[in-house]
Amino acid sequence: MTMSLRTLLGATMLVAAAGSASAQTTITVATVNNGDMIRMQRLMPDFAAKHPDIKVNWVTLEENVLRQRVTTDIASKGGQYDVLTIGNYEVPIWAKQNWLLPLENLGADYDQADLLPQVAAALTVDGKLYAAPFYAESSMLMYRTDLLEKAGLKMPENPDWDFIAEAAEKMTDKAAGVYGICLRGKAGWGENMALITSMNNSMGGAWFDMEWKPEFNGPEWKQTLDTYLKLMNNYGPPGASSNGFNENLALFQTGKCGMWIDATVAASFISDPKESQVADKVGFAPAPIRAGGSNHGNWLWSWNLAIPASSAKQDAAKTFVAWATSPDYTKLVAEKEGIANVPPGTRTSLYENEAYLKAAPFAPMTLKAIQSTNTQKPSDKQVPYTGAQFVAIPEFQAIGTAVGQQFSAALAGRASAEQALAASQTLTSREMTRAGYPK
Amino acid sequence: MAREISTGRKAVITTVAWAVALLIFFPILWTVLTSFKTEGEAVNSHPAFLFFDWTLENYHAVNERSDYLAHFWNSVVISLGSTLAGLIIAVPAAWAMAFVPGKHTKDLLMWMLSTKMLPAVGVLVPLYLLARDTGLLDTRTGLVIVLTMVNLPIIVWMLYTYFKEIPAEILEAARMDGATLSSEILYVLTPMAVPGIASTLLLNVILAWNESFWTLNLSAANAAPLTAFIASYSSPEGLFYAKLSAASTMAIAPILILGWFSQKQLVRGLTFGAVK
Repeated sequence: MTMSLRTLLGATMLVAAAGSASAQTTITVATVNNGDMIRMQRLMPDFAAKHPDIKVNWVTLEENVLRQRVTTDIASKGGQYDVLTIGNYEVPIWAKQNWLLPLENLGADYDQADLLPQVAAALTVDGKLYAAPFYAESSMLMYRTDLLEKAGLKMPENPDWDFIAEAAEKMTDKAAGVYGICLRGKAGWGENMALITSMNNSMGGAWFDMEWKPEFNGPEWKQTLDTYLKLMNNYGPPGASSNGFNENLALFQTGKCGMWIDATVAASFISDPKESQVADKVGFAPAPIRAGGSNHGNWLWSWNLAIPASSAKQDAAKTFVAWATSPDYTKLVAEKEGIANVPPGTRTSLYENEAYLKAAPFAPMTLKAIQSTNTQKPSDKQVPYTGAQFVAIPEFQAIGTAVGQQFSAALAGRASAEQALAASQTLTSREMTRAGYPK
Repeated sequence: MAREISTGRKAVITTVAWAVALLIFFPILWTVLTSFKTEGEAVNSHPAFLFFDWTLENYHAVNERSDYLAHFWNSVVISLGSTLAGLIIAVPAAWAMAFVPGKHTKDLLMWMLSTKMLPAVGVLVPLYLLARDTGLLDTRTGLVIVLTMVNLPIIVWMLYTYFKEIPAEILEAARMDGATLSSEILYVLTPMAVPGIASTLLLNVILAWNESFWTLNLSAANAAPLTAFIASYSSPEGLFYAKLSAASTMAIAPILILGWFSQKQLVRGLTFGAVK
């Protein structure tokens, strides 16, 4: 018994101690498990052929785990990762902390001027690009053309919220399991709050006034939440307070939703006949505006590759980032995986490519949605912050999620709209005061 | 004297026990079933229970994309390593507490357990910095050390309760016969406590196998165990439920099989001393 124990333990330690030694430069890339990133991993033989001296290790994690994991590492200068996949929420905050390497000289082939200006602006601090966009998305309205026709309606060029309510009512057929509208209800700063904040922008509202005082007691938020609750309670699917992107995607693909306002990347999923039962019956329109308004308020999110300042292998990391985000990568994906699968939303040239426009019928609407975002001035009001569906301050993750829980509770019927707004006002004021914002 | 139980009552109890067991097992069964569905079938709002087109495509996709064996081996090394290291420390510690208690033994036991009451994330940054400075980030050695410390209180407590059931007189007799301390522990105490030690070992292997907070936070590419393997299949944008289920099934299969074959031992160990 003792002997075998000792042998086993010895073997264990030996294995644990055995490290790997290699003459190549090995870089570690942290990323999320989204379709475009999986495709990138499949295309690694091309990178290996071009750069045989660089070996790439992948760490793929669920989005929230990844965020926690890379934040710990970068804040403590752990140096575990050489390339990070982060959102445009983190980029300006981390850049100001000097946690990220400015991405200058990504090579002659990179063509920085080709990046969509809205996307690049969200990643630029003091005139320097701190992350290279891999793919970007905005929000838009996706709808069932057959159901709209059946309802006797025609989609306007710029639908407003009144039209959405009317269409939702007419498209709803609960007996047949068809709900007029599906919207996010799951609580989280990147879940329901992405949608509701965008919606509030379109209503003319804002998170904070110029003194950093929250505005949940104002008329715009009231109108936003009332509209949202009315739509969802009357025409939404049951149990919507736990629905996020994936749940709504599943509902839409199986023909349960008349309309869905969500990320533009969803367009490629619902138009794919292999995945979607309604692929030939989908239409796209801009995110709704308020009656008489012009601000679509839609969000802008991009997944970007950034290099932590703590990385010891910055040159190899830069080589990798340039490979994965340059126009040549677009060509590579088009060649190996089909042009419809090119990472969307980052480059002007992609939307001038006839072959792409033909393969991706939703592309013009995606481009229009991204171009109508303004992260530098998201609201009609003067605001002290940047960011479209979020407020680009470190405190927002916690505050946004707490407010999201209030709104999710209102959707589930556990609180009234008034209660949810009052609670949001109180908790946001408290957190902002604690963080020292209001002047 | 045993109470007589009527057949009807027995039937009710058996039914309830089966119902509870099935209820607890159902999520795992559902995961396994989903892993054999297509992605479209997996998100169907009227899901089929057994009558769908069984497919192995998810397992193919998962194996193509990630290195299961590397993650599996990391899990084996980390869970076995931390449990064995824990036992080596805990057997003498529990011996001392059970047979030579001091004035503060109870307090000491409580204090050890109290470390489990702190949410793990509370010590994430200090431990991360320690691991960084000692070069143990993303190494199996680092994870073995951390999981040993994390599970040590439970190992000591379990062994302590088992040892308490062993009459001290037997150990005294051994001492009278001239046994040294180490032979007393190795040749007298350990053989008597084998069921207890075995169930402690099994339970801790399972706990360490399933531990996800530290294994996810202190590993990156080299030491990532099966918890990271599962986490890599969860996606915020895209429907990968079937692949996620396939990855989960592959991750839990080894421990499920281990638990199945050792359930007799586990149950005997866990109820050891409960009814005397």
